[in-house]
Amino acid sequence: MLSSQIKPNEIIFGSCNKDLLEEIIFYGIGLGADFVEIFIENTDNSSVLAEEDFITSVSPSFGRGAGIRIFKGKKDGFVSTNDLTKNGLMSSVSQAIQMLDITDKKREVFNGLDKHRDYSLSKKNWINEVPSIHEISEKLLVSTKSLKKNNKIITRKGSYSRNLQEVIIASSDGTYVSDIRLHQTVGLNVIASDAQYRSSGSRRFGSSGMPHEFRLWDHEKAANDVFESSMNMLYADYVDAGQMPVVLANKFGGVIFHEACGHLLETTQIERGTTPFENKLNEKIAHESVTAIDEGISEGSFGSLSVDDEGMEPEKSILIKDGILKKFISDRAGELRTGHKRTGSGRRQNYSFAAASRMRNTYIAKGEHSKEDLINSINDGLYCKSMGGGSVGATGQFNFAVEEGYLIKNGKLTNPVKGATLIGEAKEVMPKISMCGNDLELAPGFCGSISGSVNVTVGQPHIKVDSITVGGR
Amino acid sequence: MNSKEITTQISEAADSLNLKKWDYGASFSNDYSVQVDKGEAKQLKASQKQILTIRVWNESNLVGITTTSDISESGIKKALNQANIASDFGNKNERTDFSPLAKDPIEVKDSKKRNPVGIKKLLTLLREAEVKLLESHESIKSVPYNGLSESFYERVYGNSDGAFRSYTKSQAALYLYARAEEKNKKPRSSGSVKLGYGVEDIDIESCIKDASNKTISHLNYSSIKTHKYLICFSPESFLTIINAFSSMFNARSILDGVSLSNKNSIGEKLSTEALNVYDDGLHEKNISSSPFDGEGTPTKRLCLINKGRLENFIHSESTARIFKTMPTGHAGLGSKVSVSPDWIVVEKSEENSDLKTSLDHSTYKGEFVYIEELNAIHAGVRASQGSFSLPFDGWLYKDGKKISIESATVAGDIKYLLKNIVNIESNQKVTTSGISPHIWVDELSITGDA
Repeated sequence: MLSSQIKPNEIIFGSCNKDLLEEIIFYGIGLGADFVEIFIENTDNSSVLAEEDFITSVSPSFGRGAGIRIFKGKKDGFVSTNDLTKNGLMSSVSQAIQMLDITDKKREVFNGLDKHRDYSLSKKNWINEVPSIHEISEKLLVSTKSLKKNNKIITRKGSYSRNLQEVIIASSDGTYVSDIRLHQTVGLNVIASDAQYRSSGSRRFGSSGMPHEFRLWDHEKAANDVFESSMNMLYADYVDAGQMPVVLANKFGGVIFHEACGHLLETTQIERGTTPFENKLNEKIAHESVTAIDEGISEGSFGSLSVDDEGMEPEKSILIKDGILKKFISDRAGELRTGHKRTGSGRRQNYSFAAASRMRNTYIAKGEHSKEDLINSINDGLYCKSMGGGSVGATGQFNFAVEEGYLIKNGKLTNPVKGATLIGEAKEVMPKISMCGNDLELAPGFCGSISGSVNVTVGQPHIKVDSITVGGR
Repeated sequence: MNSKEITTQISEAADSLNLKKWDYGASFSNDYSVQVDKGEAKQLKASQKQILTIRVWNESNLVGITTTSDISESGIKKALNQANIASDFGNKNERTDFSPLAKDPIEVKDSKKRNPVGIKKLLTLLREAEVKLLESHESIKSVPYNGLSESFYERVYGNSDGAFRSYTKSQAALYLYARAEEKNKKPRSSGSVKLGYGVEDIDIESCIKDASNKTISHLNYSSIKTHKYLICFSPESFLTIINAFSSMFNARSILDGVSLSNKNSIGEKLSTEALNVYDDGLHEKNISSSPFDGEGTPTKRLCLINKGRLENFIHSESTARIFKTMPTGHAGLGSKVSVSPDWIVVEKSEENSDLKTSLDHSTYKGEFVYIEELNAIHAGVRASQGSFSLPFDGWLYKDGKKISIESATVAGDIKYLLKNIVNIESNQKVTTSGISPHIWVDELSITGDA
């Protein structure tokens, strides 16, 4: 159970705050707001870093705060504060009202908060079930020791972080929910070196809502994977730049869909007028082999949630069905400003951000081909086994770094290559995803955007892109 | 609670917990920002934030740390307790101590602190700026990314040895990113960012003009052939590269094995003798300057590259002790103290006779690629390996004409890049991340789709 100081006239986690929340919402509505939303959080986080054979950093942190959002028409004012007293929250409401310059005293109706939906009931003991710092440290040290497989490995790191977030969400449409979210992530990194050659390898694993998951993590398998990747890439040549077909591996290969297309299906992009898909609903935007999904319900996945940051249960959204655009990812502001129904995708890093439409677990559905089918179909191309980060620009252009790549020659994997970057635009690349494998897998990641950094899952089976620009030397 | 009161609170709570040695860093801020969409207010934001980081040394002299936003009496006590528990896991192999310079005098500049203008004024100014930018050219259809903000903050450092220092600042920022569209062409986007101590210090007209000119200049674009080109880096893009590979100068990165340098690299020739690089956090043009770092060490100007040779590393207290030198004012408070540069200044040294001074971006008639802005740094830079592959905005200059380059990347190696600098122009430009002239580099790979 998260602790908090008990004071009168203050939000108290674990207690009924209904009267106080209603009073604050009534206050905002009384001042002329169309809509009032209160998001309150209490966090208890810790992280541990192991370098070589030592624990070099243990960083606990905790905090609390509130984000108050007022809508008037289609514009909104957002105020965040660390002051959870009645006066502090009232003051934040007043500030938001003043910012919006509300003079229209037409009153919306607020009928009080609905029955409390408490998603935290089965989660209150999580904080006692997660591994202790001591247990984490021991396992991380075993993990970094496992990375010491030869003298070419010059740097070994293992890192763990655990974020426990307790939230209360209340708004003038009656929403009143509580939840506890738990995210754990563990990663391994190595740098290998031999004379002038250098390579690196990294893997990250993550889960949500599963306090024992770290204990089940197969660190030996992870260490072998990272080691092999760094060794394979140590003497790799730089890839020759050019246009070529590529096969993208499953799991984190899904970052291409996340960056290239997923962001453009968020209603924030429609609001800005920066997505080429704005008026393409029910039109073909991708190859017919592509079905893409965004959901927040896969048990334990890093992007899953019981309820979004606006108090709505997440839905499974089929974004693209057989190449046809079916849905956008929407939050409250997105619905208000673009008309696309909310999908339980209103997300934020913490109380200091207003929620925005954000992806959760986003993936391309599996197809019917084997990985070998995809590779055999290419005479001269690139296999991207492991992807690094990527980003999408204001005009939809994306790029991804390839962490581990291999040339494909005559349908076979050949030499490892480094320095590759995939470059393109979603509306040009999506129709070129011509084959999908039957080996869908998901991978955890962090996505940074307008409402901060949120936990997400990317995923896909192996996919073939018929032609894409590969940046190299 | 003000900064003096928080020291008293921590001191009293530490006494009650029998904790003898501690230090802390704190920040208190009030931020206001606005965004607009075609004349309408879109989102208006205000935030009041406080962050406290406390370190505690236990009886074995191991350090533990905790960060919190709860600076109530109970919050401070809980933070000290947690830090004390964390100290059991302190790093036995690399001891941390107070900075020996934490009580040295700091250079107190005129903080030029401004008063808030308020949300309404911010909104009015941003609306006007958006209108002017939209009217500046018929092809500019929207300004999808825009914002005007002002921040007021106080930073504090204190420790149980009596060190205490604080400063207050204000800062304002304006960004305008326009989107231009023309029939049968891809949309193009570019923008500009301006900083000031307050909103009244921001040159709004210049931000509008820069955003408009940059965006329009990319309307006529073409693919580029994959090839090696002579490159001219804009001051902004060269500073981006230097910052991305600043682990070369970073003692923490060297100790962690993620730097291209090693302990013995001081004096190593990295580039032409014509290149000098400094870190100068207190530079008068640095709006975000801080007089001390996270450990309380005073900020100072430090030469990183002198006449092409590596001159100094940047340090925290612990790295300086290991390297047998003094901290340089670049530490960030944390369980593992981080080290990072403040504000990079690039200049031409006196030893510049080997430069090809005919290479001037405003007059040179030969073929070259001008890199205006590098993108996706987090994805395309391998700092520990020295390699980069980055998308960029820029132009191909050929036969006296320039044309915007569509969708291309520049790739290379930082050591190769530094060694192949062929000219450093004379005029320096102040940017939001430092100061640099235009820098010319021979033979870098560009990938396009022509």
